[in-house]
Amino acid sequence: MPETLLHIKDLSVRFFTYQGVVRALEEVNLAVLKGEILGLVGETGCGKSVLARSVLRLIADPPGKIWRGEIFFKGENLLKMSSRRLRHIRGNEISMIFQEPMSSLNPVFRVGNQMQEVVMLHRRVGSAAAREICIDMLRQVKMPDPDAVLSKYPHELSGGMRQRAMIAMELSCRPELLIADEPTTALDVTVQAQVLSILEELTRKKDVSVLFISHDLGVIAQLCDRVAVMYAGRTVEVASVWDLFSEPRHPYTRGLIRAIPRVDEEREILAVIPGVVPGLIRPPKGCRFHPRCEAVMHPCDRVTPRLVEVAPGHQVACHLYKESGEEHDADTRH
Amino acid sequence: MKRIRKEREWQIRELMFTIKLLSKNPSAVAGFVIIATMVFIAVGAPYIAPYDPIKISLRERLSPPSPVHIFGTDEMGRDILSRVMHGARISLRIGVLVIAIAGSLGAAIGAVAGYLGKQADNIIMRIMDVILSFPPLVLAMALAAALGPNLNNAILAVAFVMIPKFARMVRGEALAVKEKQFIAAARASGAGSLWIIFHHIIPNCFSSVIILATLLLGETILIAASLSFIGLGAQPPTPEWGAMISVGRKFLMDQWWYPTFPGLFILMTVIGFNILGDALRDIFDPRIRR
Repeated sequence: MPETLLHIKDLSVRFFTYQGVVRALEEVNLAVLKGEILGLVGETGCGKSVLARSVLRLIADPPGKIWRGEIFFKGENLLKMSSRRLRHIRGNEISMIFQEPMSSLNPVFRVGNQMQEVVMLHRRVGSAAAREICIDMLRQVKMPDPDAVLSKYPHELSGGMRQRAMIAMELSCRPELLIADEPTTALDVTVQAQVLSILEELTRKKDVSVLFISHDLGVIAQLCDRVAVMYAGRTVEVASVWDLFSEPRHPYTRGLIRAIPRVDEEREILAVIPGVVPGLIRPPKGCRFHPRCEAVMHPCDRVTPRLVEVAPGHQVACHLYKESGEEHDADTRH
Repeated sequence: MKRIRKEREWQIRELMFTIKLLSKNPSAVAGFVIIATMVFIAVGAPYIAPYDPIKISLRERLSPPSPVHIFGTDEMGRDILSRVMHGARISLRIGVLVIAIAGSLGAAIGAVAGYLGKQADNIIMRIMDVILSFPPLVLAMALAAALGPNLNNAILAVAFVMIPKFARMVRGEALAVKEKQFIAAARASGAGSLWIIFHHIIPNCFSSVIILATLLLGETILIAASLSFIGLGAQPPTPEWGAMISVGRKFLMDQWWYPTFPGLFILMTVIGFNILGDALRDIFDPRIRR
């Protein structure tokens, strides 16, 4: 078993708005192991990006607040450390790639200046050496003519090129963990495939762990080692890619997988999960999925299920499953 | 070594490109010509002015424009053309210094307030509001009087009055810029607040700072002139445009040339700066540069 690099424990994040308190994350548990690519899937608004930003403490405060919980990175609690230490970790050890490659680069500086700046700061090298590193990194992300790219402004690059430049920039600092928040959502499908293969190749080669956030199950299946499924601010299932797709346990995961259109099947109507994602100001009591669940039963609307291990490395938060050997304590807790 | 030379070559190419763009833009050319003329007059005044600007010649007092005195003379018989030329030195110096001081301080203050937000923003901007709540001329007068009446103190006083104008605009821009993703990206790669303010926020506000600077140059020159008029700025017999207008005001009915020519120069300078600044914004905006 490889060691745990990032461990998120019972993390709750709340946003205090005029309409009420948004419980964006509620007791989320997640671990990223060394060298793995962990996928994080869920619908829009289920808290994926909030989770990603919480790791680097990038939640805007106000209105957001990390309410409870701990995030350990190599044994250190990120939520308790000094801002100085945190700044050192940001970029040096944990890097992040954002959703919108269009706005991730400062429009008034040349790509080269921005990349060199980051490299010079993090690797403590002179500008000439930094330039060499940048060119080398751009070559590694298969950027055509890296020398010319460095002297261009961000708006002169295409979306795919910008995202590759961002990957190059973030990986040039040799982080141990890369958080990729839907890095390919804004790109078209062919470019998406290209960027993903570059991301996978580079992170595997450099032994960088990745927390890969997406709402695209196809991308997750292709790229990741393990998957965590989120629903309405909670983790509902964590498993290896193989287990999750061959044997999904949580009714929500099953619904998601059933909703993927398949080429080898003739189906007139796309399978859907009825209902919509609940608002997080007044989320449903108990299991947040129960109003839409096909297997809803007695304790679901009152008792929140905990993540339990149903098979080696396969955790589910659902009343349908009991941890092997441990009695179901739903009624006693209630 | 090779890299450095390449970089230099590239900078030169970039500069040539800027000049080319500039020459293609008619209003830029017009503004540039006006400002260049003003700067030329200001720099060359001691050599090209036909008379000594402070030499009194009472026999020639208030004589109308003529081949001898192209712009006429004032109530002391001093040549108005020479005085206007020397006045360009003073007015341009005041304008540039004031805008440089107020612009840099104001931008820094505004960016800090906008980026940090919360209490810092509140405290800083309320102080700025207090300064803004005074009519600029009155506050500048009070400050200049308190510091002691001379040109340098007048410059400081006007700069102080101008700071909140820059601060308020840059703060507004900073509020918009700080929500951009590249700021989050910079924070995610470990940048501190100061670094972000000076490397990301302020450069992104630059184009509007240039616009505001050109607009305020006119106001600056006018306020400085007013200070000179009430004796808190340039001291007589220094030839200062505003002071000349103020004194010449009472002669407007009979000796129109006295206040008119300094006024025309102020007008030209302000217009020149405005259209040049406007054109420069277009040219230096990297998004429309290519």
